[in-house]
Amino acid sequence: MRHLKKSIVAAAFTLAASLPALAADPIKIGLVLPMTGPFAAYGKQIEHGVKLYLATKGDTFGGRKVELIVKDDAPGTAGDVSKRLAQELVIKDKVDILAGFGLTPSAFAVAPVATEAKKPMVVMNAATSAVTTKSNYLVRTSMTLPQITAPIATWASKNGIKKVFTLVADYGPGHDAEGQFKKTFTAAGGEIVGEVRAPVKNPDFAPFLQKIKDTKPDAVFIFLPPGAETIAFMKGFTERGLTAAGIRLIATGDLPDEDILEAIGDAALGLITSFHYSEAHKSPENKAYTEAYYKAYPKDRPNFMSMGGYDGMHLIAEVLKKTGGNADAEKFVEAAKGMKWTSPRGPISIDPVTRDIVQTIYIRKVERVAGKLQNVEFDQVNEFKDPGKQ
Amino acid sequence: MSMPPSSVDSAFSATPLRDASRWHPAEYAFWVLPVLAYFVFGENLSLLSQIAIAALFCLSLDLILGYAGIVSLGHAAFFGVGAYAAGLLAKHGWGDPLLGLAAAAAIAAAAGFVTSFLVLRGSDLTRLMVTLGVAVMLYEGANKATAFTGGVDGLQGVEVKPILGMFSFDLYGKTAYWYSLAVLFVMFWLARRLVHSPFGLSLRGIRQNVGRMPAIGAPVNGRLVAVYTIGAAYAGVAGGLLTQTTQFVSLDVLSFSRSAELLLILVLGGTGRLYGALIGTMVFMTAHHFLSGINPQYWQFWLGAALVLVVLFARDGIMGLLQKLGTRWTKPA
Repeated sequence: MRHLKKSIVAAAFTLAASLPALAADPIKIGLVLPMTGPFAAYGKQIEHGVKLYLATKGDTFGGRKVELIVKDDAPGTAGDVSKRLAQELVIKDKVDILAGFGLTPSAFAVAPVATEAKKPMVVMNAATSAVTTKSNYLVRTSMTLPQITAPIATWASKNGIKKVFTLVADYGPGHDAEGQFKKTFTAAGGEIVGEVRAPVKNPDFAPFLQKIKDTKPDAVFIFLPPGAETIAFMKGFTERGLTAAGIRLIATGDLPDEDILEAIGDAALGLITSFHYSEAHKSPENKAYTEAYYKAYPKDRPNFMSMGGYDGMHLIAEVLKKTGGNADAEKFVEAAKGMKWTSPRGPISIDPVTRDIVQTIYIRKVERVAGKLQNVEFDQVNEFKDPGKQ
Repeated sequence: MSMPPSSVDSAFSATPLRDASRWHPAEYAFWVLPVLAYFVFGENLSLLSQIAIAALFCLSLDLILGYAGIVSLGHAAFFGVGAYAAGLLAKHGWGDPLLGLAAAAAIAAAAGFVTSFLVLRGSDLTRLMVTLGVAVMLYEGANKATAFTGGVDGLQGVEVKPILGMFSFDLYGKTAYWYSLAVLFVMFWLARRLVHSPFGLSLRGIRQNVGRMPAIGAPVNGRLVAVYTIGAAYAGVAGGLLTQTTQFVSLDVLSFSRSAELLLILVLGGTGRLYGALIGTMVFMTAHHFLSGINPQYWQFWLGAALVLVVLFARDGIMGLLQKLGTRWTKPA
């Protein structure tokens, strides 16, 4: 209650001229997420994170009650659909904030809407580096692809891996990951002994695996879309004796995502990745978060996507607290810049220049913990900025 | 459109054909609807524009499937070619919308012309596979050429200039709506003249009995190549429109699901009727919009249920059902 009074007073004083609505009006947040189709798991996890935040931390931000409007932009890769839904959220539903965005095309297509309508846009997953450059009102709370790729290259070069073979899925994100890995790894003195781009869908990995085996690298860096392809590759890697030949497997951490880790099974054991969130992260914040998650969604596992949604809501909550419930895009972004907090994933902040996330990237290894496959963190890079923008 | 008398046997009356080509009062009423919609659903203009664009795309499939009987599971190939043509032009400085549409139509038509020779070989099942194959190859090509197309991230920096230098695209989608609707109407009018022309009648003849057509002097292959090229150009224009009104091209424009959904919409609306394509699109997109709004996770179930009902009780689609009801009403038995 004291809070509410304070924010009303603040609003009356500072924004009497510019803010026609009362601070007590609900704050409408429009979530654009793929809820059906091939990326339905993304939408589901992000929505879990968002709702979990509201359920555990309260649904009143800066004195205004939160009202969520979820729009399904399936398949998530069609920019025209996402853009139309964002336009409707702004024009018809009169939302104050646009949020969500499972995949890059969706964020790219909506960014001009945020600019034109002057609405803050919180990206909770889409990970291509350039996303934040597309609108001045855009803030990201997930990760960027170069940000999660560079640390594994650095780690490899420092840990006796001299020769690496790269295998990526042949699409935009795969090319980006390949480029970043090569750049960081060769700059650190490593050598790329082979490169392969595999088809995105249903590739037959057997010839690639044989080629890798013949090349005898110290390690293989892979980037594949999480799902069936990853599972097929990992199983083939063990079955064809590459593990036995002493070839190590390194990747970005979206590969052994908690959602599919059990499906990969024991073939994932020993896989080393770099990433910003692991369910096994040891901190009181994460313990409270994962416990609340299992209570609310006993059938699913908390992963990086639900984390992106959860932190996105935290950012919105803190910004509105700071602005006294004012969601004006300029004020929102000003308040968000440089904001720091301890998330369940670890300490994170919003870069005041790029509006992108700065966070600790962990090096983790897949191990079995209490019967469950987990990404156990054993090394870290603190306050790591997106290298894609440097 | 009147039939040239020389092509008609003197004993044969062309009156029913002439009647069919005349505008029915219901058609005038139909075209008033989108104008009314502008005032009634002023907050949904971006959806309405996309319905108009999808309707134009569906119309293009109706020309080749409904009239000429060429089944296609890869019609999105031409939609995508048009979308990328308009997008790449606008990205590199030629942002005039009408120029973009003309280019989209021309390039898609060229793609249609070239691939039509593949489609001519073989019958229905082969055609399904060939059209699907062409679309998949284009999809993979666009996916790989990330430097050129942006790959799965989508084509960035599409800047479209105001239409005729006067009407710029706005957040509310007003310009986009009138623009899409005007293009749809003009293209529909042309298609309508086409299907009622001797050329259009020969297409129907080919669909109904391909063996007899050469006997009455209609060159089957030439006609099929022509209609396939025209259909591709129509799809290209629809793709170009989508690019211009959203100022973005996603790889999804070439996806299999876009081709498959299109076929579904056309079957829902009714093939070989032109209006079937329009009504099918309206019903499908509106249902999609409301159902997914009500229930973001499970809306596809209701859509599936509706389709099963249509297949069970309205074999010729919604348009077929309407026509049946219409004849029963005007001529009581």
